[in-house]
Amino acid sequence: MKAEDIRAKLEKNVPSAKIKVVRDSLLVENPADLHNVVLALKSDSDLRLDYLSSLTASDFVDYLETVYHLYSIDKRIGPVVLRVRVKRDNPKIPSLVAIYRGAEFQEREAYDTYGITYEGHPDLRRIFMWEGFEGFPMRKDYEQEDSETLDKDDIEWLDRNGVKVPDEMRQKALNPPAPAEDKPATPPAS
Amino acid sequence: MGLTQNATVVDDGLKSELSKKGIVVTTMNELYNWGRRSSIWPMQFGLACCAIEMIATACARYDIARFGAELFRASPRQSDLMIVAGTVTKKMTPQVVRLYNQMAEPKYLITMGACSIAGGPFIDGYNVLRGIDRFIPVDVHLPGCPPRPEALLYGLMELQKKIDSQVIEKTEWYQKGLTREFPIPELGPRGLVPKFNPEVWQPREVDHRKERYGQPIVIRRKAKAPDLDAAPAPPRPAAAKPQPTQPPKPTV
Amino acid sequence: MEKTVTLQDSGAIDTQTLDINIGPQHPSTHGVFRMNMKLDGETVVSLKPVMGYLHRNHEQIAENMFYLGSMPYTDRLDYFNSMTNNFVYALTVEKLAQIEVPERADYIRVIMSELTRLVNHVSVTGFLLNDLGAFFTPVLYAFRERERILDIFEEVSGARMMCNYFRFGGVKYDLSGEALVAIKDVVSRFPKFLDEYEKLLTKNEILCMRCQNVGILSPELAISASITGPMLRASGVNYDIRKVDNYSIYDRFKFRVPLGKVGDVYDRYYVRILEMRESLKILEQALKEIPAGEIMAKKMAPFVKAPRNFKPPLGESYARVEAPKGELGIYIVSDGTPQPWRYHVRAPSFINLTILEDLCVGHKVADAVVILGSVDIVLGEVDR
Repeated sequence: MKAEDIRAKLEKNVPSAKIKVVRDSLLVENPADLHNVVLALKSDSDLRLDYLSSLTASDFVDYLETVYHLYSIDKRIGPVVLRVRVKRDNPKIPSLVAIYRGAEFQEREAYDTYGITYEGHPDLRRIFMWEGFEGFPMRKDYEQEDSETLDKDDIEWLDRNGVKVPDEMRQKALNPPAPAEDKPATPPAS
Repeated sequence: MGLTQNATVVDDGLKSELSKKGIVVTTMNELYNWGRRSSIWPMQFGLACCAIEMIATACARYDIARFGAELFRASPRQSDLMIVAGTVTKKMTPQVVRLYNQMAEPKYLITMGACSIAGGPFIDGYNVLRGIDRFIPVDVHLPGCPPRPEALLYGLMELQKKIDSQVIEKTEWYQKGLTREFPIPELGPRGLVPKFNPEVWQPREVDHRKERYGQPIVIRRKAKAPDLDAAPAPPRPAAAKPQPTQPPKPTV
Repeated sequence: MEKTVTLQDSGAIDTQTLDINIGPQHPSTHGVFRMNMKLDGETVVSLKPVMGYLHRNHEQIAENMFYLGSMPYTDRLDYFNSMTNNFVYALTVEKLAQIEVPERADYIRVIMSELTRLVNHVSVTGFLLNDLGAFFTPVLYAFRERERILDIFEEVSGARMMCNYFRFGGVKYDLSGEALVAIKDVVSRFPKFLDEYEKLLTKNEILCMRCQNVGILSPELAISASITGPMLRASGVNYDIRKVDNYSIYDRFKFRVPLGKVGDVYDRYYVRILEMRESLKILEQALKEIPAGEIMAKKMAPFVKAPRNFKPPLGESYARVEAPKGELGIYIVSDGTPQPWRYHVRAPSFINLTILEDLCVGHKVADAVVILGSVDIVLGEVDR
């Protein structure tokens, strides 16, 4: 079934939801409608999309997006692709765990890596990184730490644990040099 | 550590002369090292892909039992050798260091695979430790991704050579007051605290990655996000596959 | 394990729940998986999986890598089955850039992924028995057969485990005559091994008692929780992506989809054994029909020597294959540059773990280990 047909169907069944066709997928413009749209798709007699294959988030700089790939095991059709876009600051999307159990870990993964809060998720914690990790590492603006030089925290930790720290490292950590002028990163020679 | 011969070795000519007569001459040191190197008990400890090759090494075809190291122990207390087989992530590092600390002396460590040596192919990852030698000392580095079982056997033989070269009176673990326990790093807000243990490892003077790529971590910042809305839809539906046009021709 | 026990007048023992932690270093967690369990006596009350100990940022690295550069990384996702991982990545990019694959390459791909299925299923049965307490002997049998197949992989791709064999639009090397003979040899020998294996196991009383009616998964829960692969089919749901999507050339082969009735550990074991037999059928047909010809699409010829110049058009694509562990999918958003904008792996063993708690609650600790073994996880894929 084409995305246009599904949109027409949804317009009938969920009149409140605003849906736009983006390429082959359906963009649910208001995240709050997602629940109703998915329920309508799942209970529709022609579609019966009972199987959430993949849930993933991505970062498009201006907005964050969650993409759902739905299939029907019963009717053997799919994928029907749903996408929801949210603002970068304070991104919130309703959770689908109540409808598809399979979303449980995938939403946790998207939360861990992109920081999208899935409202109504029973146990939204970090799944790969540890509690206390700051930032969302898959976002395009995440700055990875430099693992070659010690920081102030490291020196404090090492002192507490009685590890000898060479003087130059200590000097470097306590008085970090001013950041050098940013040279554009050169891609590796191909 | 150099693989030098023991200072206390009996003259080889005399030894072979005597052995022809059925007399075995040895030193306490040799006997002790022979015993130790012929019954290395590795720890049953796999992290990633390399662990499968480690299991393959223990299986019938490569048969690590020929080298006396077939007894994989699940507990660090019972093992002599830790084979760090696979990528050590930052989240896993405290556990690896703790396990090493829990092993009884004498203890050895083989890093199996490029990941555990220096991060390997995953060196750019935000959760990947760039080599376990940042926190604990390594006896044998075993490169490969993953090393073949033969390579692991070779690594084990190198370790046996190292054991052979040790002298009982001078070994580290019999010295007074020496404990080979290493502080266990903690998980901080951006990665491990500390990033490495300067008593064990220090950064190289020249960062070759920085020289080559211009940055220590290869991250490409893209200026513009793609606009999928503007892109034309693909011509054929996503699920369909082109059907075969003609029946397949059998060949010899 | 200490706990407070108070004997009451009736003689019944008042117990408390006990928290135990299994992993991340534990021989029965198949890697660096960790389970936080709450036990009442020996019965599991709750189980929380903890993962991420092998989270090595495959997705982040792939987003900073040229397209073909991620191919060897996919090998390391599910390190038992590098060929099927290559397969799904190749399919995704081919869908994105609309590349047609030559027929011979398609056949080689199918042969390789079915051989991979044999490798995986035979090893996982071995490890499952390891978890049951049959320490290491079944693994020795399994790895003997696995080595035979790995020899073929080495012959065709140059590597035992990390094959890195598929390319966009085909495969890297052609299948030589000797390799074909070797594959035929393995395929003709394998049923004999399976018979031997089954003779030892399938009606083994200990195996039956430990596995039957343990960890029953209902089909409704399985579908809702996105369970795929042998686990789903053991619960009686007929869903095999090779049949449903007919990707590559799977529509040309006759094979059946084995289904379980109960959905317990035993069914999961037996479905895998039957799947191996079906894979052998596919292999036999493919070996008979494999045509001569090209192994690389013409469209990709300029990128064979300079893969960094390969730029798929702006767009997105999602492809999935029936990997031995379940549905393996890759989602790529391309922005027209040599690196993908977004790269995501839908990992079957990660999602199959969702219902681990539901399966284990009410069973004994020893059974929880067996149930985990029957889910068949590989940590490289769970944590990615």
